[in-house]
Amino acid sequence: MRKFSRQAQVLVLASTLVLAVSGCKSSSSTGAAAGGGTVKVGFMGDLTGANKQLGINIHNGAKLAFDQYNATNPANKIEFTDYDTQGKAEQATAVAPKVISDKMVAVIGPAFSGESKTAVPILEEGKIPNISASATNALLSKNGWKFWHRVLANDDVQGPGAASFLVKNAGFKKIAVIDDQSEYGKGLAKAVSAGVTADGGTVAVTDSIDPKADAWSSTVNKVKGANVDAIYFAGYYSAAAPLVKQFKDAGVTATFASGDGTLDQAFITGAGAAAEGAILTCTCVLATSSTDPAVSKFISDYKAAFNGDPATYSAEGFDAGTAIVKAVQAGKTSAVDINTFLATEDFKGVSKPIKWDAAGELTGGGTYIHRVKGGKIEALGNFQDAKL
Amino acid sequence: MSGFTSQFWASTIDGLTVGSIYALVALGYTLVYGVLQLINFAHSEIFMIGTFAVLGFFGILGLNAPATGFVLVLVILGALIVGAVASGGTALALQFIAYRPLRRRGASRLAALITAIGASLFLREIIGITQGTQRVTVKTRVLEKTQLFTIGSAQVRADKVLVIVAAVVMMILLDRFVNGTRLGRGIRATSQDAESATLMGVNIDRVVSTTFLVGGAMAGVAAALYLIFYENTSYDVGFVLGIKAFTAAVLGGIGNLRGALIGGVAIGLIENYGSSFTFTGAQWRDVIVFGILVLVLLFRPTGLLRETGGSVRA
Repeated sequence: MRKFSRQAQVLVLASTLVLAVSGCKSSSSTGAAAGGGTVKVGFMGDLTGANKQLGINIHNGAKLAFDQYNATNPANKIEFTDYDTQGKAEQATAVAPKVISDKMVAVIGPAFSGESKTAVPILEEGKIPNISASATNALLSKNGWKFWHRVLANDDVQGPGAASFLVKNAGFKKIAVIDDQSEYGKGLAKAVSAGVTADGGTVAVTDSIDPKADAWSSTVNKVKGANVDAIYFAGYYSAAAPLVKQFKDAGVTATFASGDGTLDQAFITGAGAAAEGAILTCTCVLATSSTDPAVSKFISDYKAAFNGDPATYSAEGFDAGTAIVKAVQAGKTSAVDINTFLATEDFKGVSKPIKWDAAGELTGGGTYIHRVKGGKIEALGNFQDAKL
Repeated sequence: MSGFTSQFWASTIDGLTVGSIYALVALGYTLVYGVLQLINFAHSEIFMIGTFAVLGFFGILGLNAPATGFVLVLVILGALIVGAVASGGTALALQFIAYRPLRRRGASRLAALITAIGASLFLREIIGITQGTQRVTVKTRVLEKTQLFTIGSAQVRADKVLVIVAAVVMMILLDRFVNGTRLGRGIRATSQDAESATLMGVNIDRVVSTTFLVGGAMAGVAAALYLIFYENTSYDVGFVLGIKAFTAAVLGGIGNLRGALIGGVAIGLIENYGSSFTFTGAQWRDVIVFGILVLVLLFRPTGLLRETGGSVRA
């Protein structure tokens, strides 16, 4: 059987390669105006896979920044091209060489941590600056990459922040920590577990589920038997939604909490009533209303452009796009020049202040708490001040 | 160890539930193998199509609240029938379009195997493209997950009982069919010796088609139960489940119907027991399952129940 699954993977990989070579390239934005110069920026992330909503949110945020810039009729217009990775590491590795041969000068993405780990080294070799709006694995910034950036804090920030909120602010002492065996999930779960212990709570259960299967009864039974106050699931919404349902159906009353991978309306759509009261942590900020004029302008522009509220990572996508726009405005049109310029940038983004250190991490960034209430995600503020 | 003992009953009930679904799907692998010596790798996708058909059926019904009483019985029966027809129909179509022409031309078993893998990928991707690759959820719960009673730590819920009971009933029906009808005798004869069976007047084509139809229908019933129990599906739902069911068929002794039942339930139980230990987590589940499979095959290469080659036994 193992043999078959490997054969199947080879087949899938082969067909992916063929697809990648034969034409994943679908330009989604306004092209270059006749006469003016063009700066080509690529998008790498999940556009058709299991967690595509997150990829689409980032894509739309960045596209809004580029469209607004192009509308000012600048000397160099930005052309935005999609490279769909379906959120899979192997597909990201397959499209990354294409990004280089298409002569992209900057990339928004790769979106997730797993694909970043495999695809960024290829972009690094091609000397293409890349800004991820959502990869939060802490180890990513420790690779010495020169062209990599992200517009949110990492899981080493999110984990302790989430743990501190659960233990100190919400008063949960016994916590179950479950991951989905992904690069992102394992890193976040480890950081949350360490944080819970450090803040005086107890990690009563740790477990790893296979997100591709639904048979999680052993995990549910384990959590139920341990009688915990809260469950922290480090994984994506496609598994979080059915998982929270299985917990509620089994009569588990502990509060369900999860990270940025679950912070999406799709989680609520999938889980229905079982999602109510769930706590969602993120180093991103999910803004659907704001008193800050720049942020509320972003929200209304986003609504007008895409017929819906900004969702998880939309603001981060917009900030990543803005960072590139600023470089192009400064007359930087080559990949290396843009990368050098990014290091000097310091502006107030719609999500948070954007200023990078040498490793590509934000110099300021924290954990923000959200909660599901009445079928909607409401922001509760940063982890020190948020109250349930 | 503490996890194992405190969760023993809960693991047993959940193991039996998921094992029943594995067993129903495993029957399809075992039936087709018995008759054609073909591992029908597309069987997992036949199951998947069943889940989508039942999902569509629930969508058309448009329930606003979980059904009760007589309506509930009708809805569940309807779901089982829709699943069985959709999956059985797909299996039959696959047999006519993909496998029969190969058999007619006397193609090698390897060609049939590759066709099976190809059909599996084809069906999965078609559904992925048309229905999307996201998980799709049943909008309104069909069967309220009421707790009926408890055994130790185990919560015995209406939906778990339904899955187990329905699976057992289907197995008994299948057993009666294979042992008690003319077509069933044909299936048994063909699996023992196809050539002699032809000489004795068994219509092989009809036997093969019936086998695909029955195996597919069993997967369809499993699909309906899966959707009522887990309430979601996706285009690749059959992948992991198909591997488990195929393993169940091999563990029980491929070609042997009761073996598929025992294999399915055994894998369901091993999965739940294995991952309930404190020092192992759910991430060890597949390591334990396949470790035990290798061990069993070392000592009983033909599986738990199968003594000789090439026969469907019931």
